[in-house]
Amino acid sequence: MAEHAQHKESFISKYVFSQDHKMISRQFLITAVFMGVIAVLLSVLFRIQLGWPGESFEILNAFLGDRWAPGGVMNQNAYLALVTIHGTIMVFFVLTGGLSGTFSNLLIPLQIGARDMASGFLNMLSYWFFFVSSVIMISSLFIETGAASGGWTVYPPLSALPQAMPGSGLGMTMWLLSMVLFVVSSLIGGLNYIVTIVNLRTKGLKMTRLPLTIWAFLVTAILGVLSFPVLVSAVVLLLMDRGMGTAFYLSNIFIDGEALDVTGGSPILYQHLFWFLGHPEVYIVLLPALGISSEVIATNARKPIFGYKAMVGSILAIGFLSFIVWGHHMFLTGMSPWLGGLFVITTLLIAIPSAVKAFNYITTLWRGNIRYTPAMLFSIGLVSTFVSGGLTGIILADSALDINVHDTYFVVAHFHIVMGMSAIFGMMAGVYHWFPKMFGKMMNTKLGYVHFWMTFVCGYGVFFPMHFVGLAGAPRRYYDYSNFEFLQVALDLNPLISVFAIVGAIAQILFLYNFFYSIFRGQAAVQNPWKSNTLEWTTPVEHIHGNWEGDLPVVHRWPYDYSNPQHENDFVPQTVPLGPDEKDH
Amino acid sequence: MFSLLVLITIVLGVVAAVQLSKVYQLAARLRNHREEDISLADNKMNAWLMLIWMFVFFAGVIYFYIVYGDYLPVSASAHGNDIDMLFMVNVVVITIVFFLVHLFLFYFSWKYYYREDRKAFFFAHSTKLEMIWTIIPSIVLAFIIIFGLRIWNDITDVVASENPVRLEVYAKQFDWTIRYPGADSELGFSNYNLISGTNPLGIASDELIIEKIAELDEEIISIEKKLKEEGDFLPPSQVDALEDKIYRLQRHKLRINDVRTSREASSGEFKAGKDDKLVKGELHLPLGREVEFIFNSRDVIHSAFMPHFRAQMNAVPGIPTRFKMTPTITTDSMRVMEDNPNFDYILLCNKVCGASHNNMAVKVIIESEEEYQAWLEEQKTFSESLGGEAEETDEEEESKLEPVAEK
Repeated sequence: MAEHAQHKESFISKYVFSQDHKMISRQFLITAVFMGVIAVLLSVLFRIQLGWPGESFEILNAFLGDRWAPGGVMNQNAYLALVTIHGTIMVFFVLTGGLSGTFSNLLIPLQIGARDMASGFLNMLSYWFFFVSSVIMISSLFIETGAASGGWTVYPPLSALPQAMPGSGLGMTMWLLSMVLFVVSSLIGGLNYIVTIVNLRTKGLKMTRLPLTIWAFLVTAILGVLSFPVLVSAVVLLLMDRGMGTAFYLSNIFIDGEALDVTGGSPILYQHLFWFLGHPEVYIVLLPALGISSEVIATNARKPIFGYKAMVGSILAIGFLSFIVWGHHMFLTGMSPWLGGLFVITTLLIAIPSAVKAFNYITTLWRGNIRYTPAMLFSIGLVSTFVSGGLTGIILADSALDINVHDTYFVVAHFHIVMGMSAIFGMMAGVYHWFPKMFGKMMNTKLGYVHFWMTFVCGYGVFFPMHFVGLAGAPRRYYDYSNFEFLQVALDLNPLISVFAIVGAIAQILFLYNFFYSIFRGQAAVQNPWKSNTLEWTTPVEHIHGNWEGDLPVVHRWPYDYSNPQHENDFVPQTVPLGPDEKDH
Repeated sequence: MFSLLVLITIVLGVVAAVQLSKVYQLAARLRNHREEDISLADNKMNAWLMLIWMFVFFAGVIYFYIVYGDYLPVSASAHGNDIDMLFMVNVVVITIVFFLVHLFLFYFSWKYYYREDRKAFFFAHSTKLEMIWTIIPSIVLAFIIIFGLRIWNDITDVVASENPVRLEVYAKQFDWTIRYPGADSELGFSNYNLISGTNPLGIASDELIIEKIAELDEEIISIEKKLKEEGDFLPPSQVDALEDKIYRLQRHKLRINDVRTSREASSGEFKAGKDDKLVKGELHLPLGREVEFIFNSRDVIHSAFMPHFRAQMNAVPGIPTRFKMTPTITTDSMRVMEDNPNFDYILLCNKVCGASHNNMAVKVIIESEEEYQAWLEEQKTFSESLGGEAEETDEEEESKLEPVAEK
């Protein structure tokens, strides 16, 4: 392996078209950070409008210009475009591409003891499809008719008819093209992850000895491979409806003074296709975050993760169930109530494995020896928000209750606590925890504390009050609530929510500073800073091709032997052979 | 200005934090401090912050429950009370779980912070515990599922009551039209191909079909004329567009013919629509009678959301949807109850539908049966709104052609 380990590389093959999984994971992360900054910025802009509707702000005019914010007040089309692109970027580019792309790429080869991904070339392609797709999505913000504006779910006919709103013009076409490329990226990446995990595990690494991160990435990749192609078909049919005169999603439409020549299509078909991806997507976002926090919590509580087998079982159960719950997004589309009932049952079933996971995390903390690294803080934050957000899911899954809260701020609160907080916290935990592995440097712990506490408090400050705004009946995606007397609560709480949102966004500057400063000037990392058991910490700090000098490590035990009473040290790396009187877990 | 000051303060705060961290980092380097070594003081501080946060969080949650808990508007429909009861039960369950789980989470986070002299308790699994927290949630969820589905089935039950009010709520960007059936208590056939300035829902009648075809013919002739006269001088793209337009208009005519022939084959005439009543801006409903809504849309998906009645259903182009409910409180009584003389029920659009999505609402007025009947009596029928002449020209189809063509 010596010749594999070191050979000269040009700048381009090392930093741009790299096929090394560690470099690709850094590329994914930095792209995702960039996309995340934009998405947060967009949310700050529309929170200003929501908090102080109709008031003039220089900053809006500065960012949006005279066309979209004349006189410092953003207009309705700009508002809808911002909401749409914020959602799209966060769900797809940050939490799918960013989270899975970064950590699957970094950790799969390192934690299973492989030299690299099964196909380095496909891995590189996966990143570059993601990159191009990001560029298209971002550039759609700069076109004359504005970016896609029909909400991140882009339901036709609104998204199919350029007559319906300016954002359904070129902006929508770009959104769809970007999404096609994004799915290609996800598929290539996902297949690669699955093949790598199945085939390239090092000697001794049985499936029952895999770290939970890898289990989570595996199930995530399977979900993606099975569901993203359905999104592509939905998107391609929509492109055809837009440009080629087909009518898959269109029927009986009279718009702009003309009865369109479309009959027989069904707008609901799109929703079925979209949510067939859309719901697994929620778990594509969440499972890697849960996997990361399993690892972080066990390492920092200095305790084995409680109920390893139950955790794996829950991941598998969640993965399976996530495919048969999509109809709960569509209770009110005129879908058969009987079918709706079935979706209620499957949806509520998913609460059981989720509850098991939450309880297992908490039991892992019980009588632990908790070391508060920033990653640990974010993981505990993840458990808290996973519980808070999951519980309101029980209300939304109940079709009878959904009638009254569907598409209100109650839903916004629910999925932001789960995705906007839980999943993001998982990602943050991952960044703080594996930063030494990615960049060979340490991040500043103290800034990490401030970052966590501000984000945690502001996150709840933003999303908790939204439940009550929703219960009062405030629909989501409204530009302004001041016309409705019964929605006074929205007017009362929106400024508070907006202040929390802005302060929370500013807290992210601390993270950005810490992140970029530490890449260049951070304290040099040691090989195993967190005293962790998994294989990635047996590789040298400096990145080398093939990950390990010499032979690949051999695995003898599961990754969670923390504070094992049979050992002196409070951690036992996976490479340590089992003692004579020691049993595999 | 105030907000600007706030912003400046925050930005300065961030700068200060960054500078402090720089100083700290330098000092740490001098002391040979490593980032991964979390000091006892830091562990303790975060542990205490966890506990403090728990109390702040719980206090905040309770505050919100108390202050904003009754923002759920009073239910004004029969099934709304069932939904509210189901909701309360769910809220009680999830609130208990919420407090319990968070209590354990933050308490453990506070109690078990890192100390050199402690070793964590090696506790990898316990079948008993895991069974407990698989089975208990399963039982609770089974209860929630059964309870919820019973109410869902009641709400969506197709069996209609004795004497329901049937009406259509018809959406377009960005308003709602309500169509009440006339004396025949039947909503007339309608089709989007027949929509015109005077016929916003595309209600069908033999005359209106002929009128619409004539209107299309006229348009075709005028475009053809334009092509003949100016065609040589127009840019090719415009010629193409005009030819395309002719093609589309001809297709439109064909579709109208389809509407007519398929309808005639099945049931003959289009009579029921003439006495329908179209109303904009207000939705009147009588107290205590079941209302069967049919929702339709002509352009994009809208959603008719009536929060006070716990009622919502999407309006989907091409696919009529239904919902039924029974109002139980009149607008007047609600005004007294709420102590607000300006109170009105409302129907809002709750599916993003374009720029003016948030301005697409209509007042809902619940009144006594007599008031409702009196109000309905005053409304013009569809044929009256067309100018009344539709009434007499039932027999002669041809006679209708001339006045339209002349226009």
